[in-house]
Amino acid sequence: MSRVHDMGGRFGDGAIQPASINDKTFKEKWHSRALAVTLATGSLRQWNLDMSRHARECLPPKDYCAFSYYDKWISALANLLVNKGVISADEFLDPIRKTHPLSSRKLLAADVAGVLSKGAPTSRSVVDPPKFLVGHRVKTRRAVNKFISGGHTRLPKYVEKCEGKIEICHGAHVFPDTHAHNLGEQPEHLYTVSFLASELWESPENPSDTLCVDIWESYLEPVNVP
Amino acid sequence: MPHDVEKHSHSLLPSDPELKVKALETALVKRGLIDPAALDEIIDTYQNKIGPKNGATIIAKALLDKNFKKALIDDPMQILEKHGFLGRQGEHIKVVENTPEIHNIVVCTLCSCYPWPLLGIPPTWYKSDEYRSRVVREPRKCLSEFGVTLPKNTKVRVWDSTAEIRYLVLPILPDRYKDFDEEQLSEIISRDAMIGTALIGDPS
Repeated sequence: MSRVHDMGGRFGDGAIQPASINDKTFKEKWHSRALAVTLATGSLRQWNLDMSRHARECLPPKDYCAFSYYDKWISALANLLVNKGVISADEFLDPIRKTHPLSSRKLLAADVAGVLSKGAPTSRSVVDPPKFLVGHRVKTRRAVNKFISGGHTRLPKYVEKCEGKIEICHGAHVFPDTHAHNLGEQPEHLYTVSFLASELWESPENPSDTLCVDIWESYLEPVNVP
Repeated sequence: MPHDVEKHSHSLLPSDPELKVKALETALVKRGLIDPAALDEIIDTYQNKIGPKNGATIIAKALLDKNFKKALIDDPMQILEKHGFLGRQGEHIKVVENTPEIHNIVVCTLCSCYPWPLLGIPPTWYKSDEYRSRVVREPRKCLSEFGVTLPKNTKVRVWDSTAEIRYLVLPILPDRYKDFDEEQLSEIISRDAMIGTALIGDPS
């Protein structure tokens, strides 16, 4: 079963509201605080990007649908902080003034520019050559985490069990399905796979339109062209 | 196997998101885990320093210089490093070129992945359920909501950023702007044109 965040292709959503030229980067001040608190706590190194994505995905569907974007961020961050044992939920409403053992890792203003411009590349060297080459036909497996029931995966439901073609080989990248669950980076080759709209949808706007999705090697199996 | 993230302490926070952020920020500042001055610095960076101007600078150059365009498509990271456009959520960039045959559109159906160092923080619509759910299935209908109609024979290619590769669209330069210099061009290359939901010169 998929989770609420995996919404590609879903029916029922209304019209998109394009932005106005006057829209600010942050519509409300608290949006910017939510983003900044989330980024700053990353420096405590108690979780990685895949874990924070999964924390948002694990919000109850009722909350995921009702919360605005940055409300999801801040709520997921609260859960991460408590579940990773950084602070207790009691401190949310009754803060304690006591220096935390992790405070030596606190992100300082002087280090912000360096941290943001450095980023965190996910490419890794691996010994194994890629199993697939550009032009190979492939088929996706089911969109589930194979290690943890209900765990994090980056294969969207709308392309599961579908046939496509390798477009780009990106080399090996950290594998989210393990990385989100403290099971290590386990880097795998990553590919851009193209799917014809006619392979994915009952009534596509144009059957020759394509969808390009970035897919890790173990999400794929070869297709033998007769 | 149970997983820890399913514990939902967030419901103990105030339900008003503004108060929710405030409560969390206060708790973390008191423990010495975050520095309010660092938060201000992060906000200033994304509010005032990093935005679509970065992307437009690169795209304008590519539209005027064939060799630059080829290099940008073949090995973007080298060029972006030279311009100082590397960073968080832009560690692995790929530039995809629009042609009369193919129109590219970028989305992240699973969350909100976006090339931050080139375009800044994504707009609300990019993170909305409406865009994430629909653009993969009915891209032309979505484009029409942005006021964009493609030529009949143009195929759409939607890029769903499911990994850490971030996509930037290189739009077509309409003939009426052929005499523009780099600076003039960078003024009319909109953020949405580099996501694929606008064309160069559209009011957006």
